[in-house]
Parts: sequence; C-alpha cells; structure tokens
Amino acid sequence: MSNEETAAVKELLYQLADDDFIHSYRGSEWLGLAPHIEEDVAASSITQDTMGHAAMFYQLLEELDEGDANQLAHDRPASERKNAIILELENGPGHYMGEPAYDWAFAVVRNYFYTQAKMIKIQSLQSSSYQPLADIAVKVRMELYYHLLHWKTWFIQLMGSGHEEAMTRMKAAIEKTSSDIRGVFSYGGHHDSFVQEGLIEDEAVLLERWQQSVTPVLEGVGLGNVEAGLALGDGRKGIHTKDLETALDTLREVYAIDKAATW
Amino acid sequence: MTNRLLTSADIYKALEDVKDPEINTVSVVDLGMVEDVVIEGSHITVKMLPTFLGCPALPIIQKNVEAAVKTLAYAEEVKVEFLHSPSWTSDRISEKGKAGLKAFGISPPPKHMAEDGSWHVDCPYCGSTYVTLDNIFGPTACRSILYCRSCKNPFEAMKPMIKTM
Repeated sequence: MSNEETAAVKELLYQLADDDFIHSYRGSEWLGLAPHIEEDVAASSITQDTMGHAAMFYQLLEELDEGDANQLAHDRPASERKNAIILELENGPGHYMGEPAYDWAFAVVRNYFYTQAKMIKIQSLQSSSYQPLADIAVKVRMELYYHLLHWKTWFIQLMGSGHEEAMTRMKAAIEKTSSDIRGVFSYGGHHDSFVQEGLIEDEAVLLERWQQSVTPVLEGVGLGNVEAGLALGDGRKGIHTKDLETALDTLREVYAIDKAATW
Repeated sequence: MTNRLLTSADIYKALEDVKDPEINTVSVVDLGMVEDVVIEGSHITVKMLPTFLGCPALPIIQKNVEAAVKTLAYAEEVKVEFLHSPSWTSDRISEKGKAGLKAFGISPPPKHMAEDGSWHVDCPYCGSTYVTLDNIFGPTACRSILYCRSCKNPFEAMKPMIKTM
C-alpha cells in the first residue's frame, strides 16, 4: 500500500471503530433498565456484538502499527475521537448509578437510524479495496441483519401503537436523531481519498440509499421524509460534546487506575 | 525426524476434546470453528473462525485449544489464529455437532431461511413443530429463546447465520 492509501485506510478504520465503540457503550448503559426482561437480553446481546465489531476495527488498526487495540479504545482523548456526535449523546438525564431518566424512544430511534446507516456502509465495505476490511464486513453484515430486524420492529411498533405518549416521544426522538444523523455518513474531509482508493462509496450515494431505506418505514407509520442534518457539528473532525468526555471518563475509570494491569 | 508421526488427524482428534465453554456437549471441531491446521515440524498453528465477533468465549476457546494440542507429544509451539475470512456460517456445524446441541437442549440451526427472513426449528426435547419464538436474542450471541407449546418446555435454538442474509 502507498502512504496515501495507508493513511486513508487508518482514517476510515478510526471512524468505524469509534462509532461502534461509543454506540456500544451507550447501549451497555441500558443494561438492567430496558422496558422488559426480554429486551434487556436482546439489547445487551446486540451491544455485545457491536463492541465485537469495534474491537475488530481497532484490531485492524493494531495490525497497521497504530498501537494496542485496547489502548486505542480506552486511552485516546475526546479530541482525537472520530465518532459521529449523534452516537455520543447521553441516553437521557440522570446517572446510571443514581436515578437514570433515560429515554427509550431516543434509544429506539437512534438504534434504528444508526443500524440502518451501518448496514448501508457495511454493504459498501464488502467491496472495499482494502481486503481485511471487506472480509470483516461480510461477517458484520450477517450479525447486523438481526440488529436491524430488532430495531426496525421496535420503531414500527412504538410509532404505530396509537398511544399518544409513545408517539409524542418518538416524534421528538426522530427530530433529535435526524438533525445529526448525517454525521454518521460524513468522512470528515477525507471523502476524496476514501473514494479514490476504492475503500468505500461516495458519502452522498450512501446517504441517499439510507433515505430510500427509511422512507417507506416512515411512510408506513404516517410520517414524511426526514431531513438528515449535522446540527451539532462533524465528530469526524474532532468536534464533540461534553457527553463524550463524561462517557470516556466513566468507561475508562478502572483502566486509568493502573494502565499496565493485566486482566 | 522424531516428529514425523504428528499429523493433522492427531490434532483434530485432540481438538475433539475441546468443547464450547458455554455448550459442553459440542466440540469446536463439530461447531465448524476449525478452518485449518498447519504443522511445521513441532510448530502447530490452528486457524479458527469466530462464530460471532463479540463472543466473549473466544479467548477461553483459544486457551483450551492451545492446552489440548500441547498435550500431544512433539507439539512444542502451539498458536491459535482467528481468521477474518471465510466467515463462520451455521451450516458448518456437523451432524455430530447438531446431535450435541440437541443433547444440551438447543435446537440446531435451520438449513434454510425463507425469503421473508423467517425460519423454523423443532423442539429439541419432543420434536414438536408447535413452537413459538420468544426472543431472537438469547443468553449468548449465537442463541435464540423459544417455547414448545406441545411439551411446554422453554428451549433455545442456534441462530441461523447464512451467507445470503
């Protein structure tokens, strides 16, 4: 690989790894708090798969001499993280250890919108010129099939429930999520190198494909198109909210006590 | 050479004793996790496929495989490599593996999935087809939770993982 190609591959891998890592962390915060026991099992299983995907992307970075995968996941400051901002936002007010007032409607919408976006990116990555990434994409896609089925079902059932509170909260969650979902499709200014090296398709093409996938589902529950925005900024460029800092401080609290400890 | 007697058949035989840590009636060989065994003198590499990428049992399986192969005479250095490709699919489970799953109360994965994504398994206890799916997701990444309306037993099924999904 040329230097340019290696740099582009690394950049893309950081984006993919950081997205799944923080998304999985937010999923793990729901453990024990999901609406019912079956959902607790399902959501935590999906979250575990997703952390496995992040681990594979960090592993590919390790193979490209970027350092130890665990260190890449735990030890990079918020300013170096490439994840989309929508994925770092807290599940709701309150704290896991105290009285969390997490919003299940936001969880359902964010999970559905992100999982659909990830499916479209993963399908494109199956033809990536970087073979190790193409190989992993095939495997991730098979697992993602179940995740997408799950979140789409929740989305349709809550929106189609006819229950006033459910619909009001879902509509607010749809507005909140769509106003930043474009960040998932952003390549953070690396668009040309990604596309020229054949790593992944054009971000506008993928976003269009996402719109085509969610529109029939939205129409099916009586909603119109959503406008995919980038309201809080582009996380790929290192712009983040304090929610990410707080999350990182929490998730690496034990790791930070003794970074050299073996487990 | 003192190690000429060590063949891949010996290694596979040793691996028959390495069970899935979460399903102790099925070996990693019968699960279809062993893709290849490479013998270079006394150095042995076992190439394996992860069933699910986030499966927390993988490091345990790795340790158990290394320990099992090391018990063989002439095996000095044993390494386990998890491959990125090909992807593990549920049709890699052998007939013996399917019997082992049933013995544990887990229905083996169906061979086919209908076009609409639906699939069907029978109760591992009574064989009834009168079953309902309670949760696609189960106690481990690879399992779903079902209920048999005939013998009134809850049971699990291995999720189908199929290339065309």
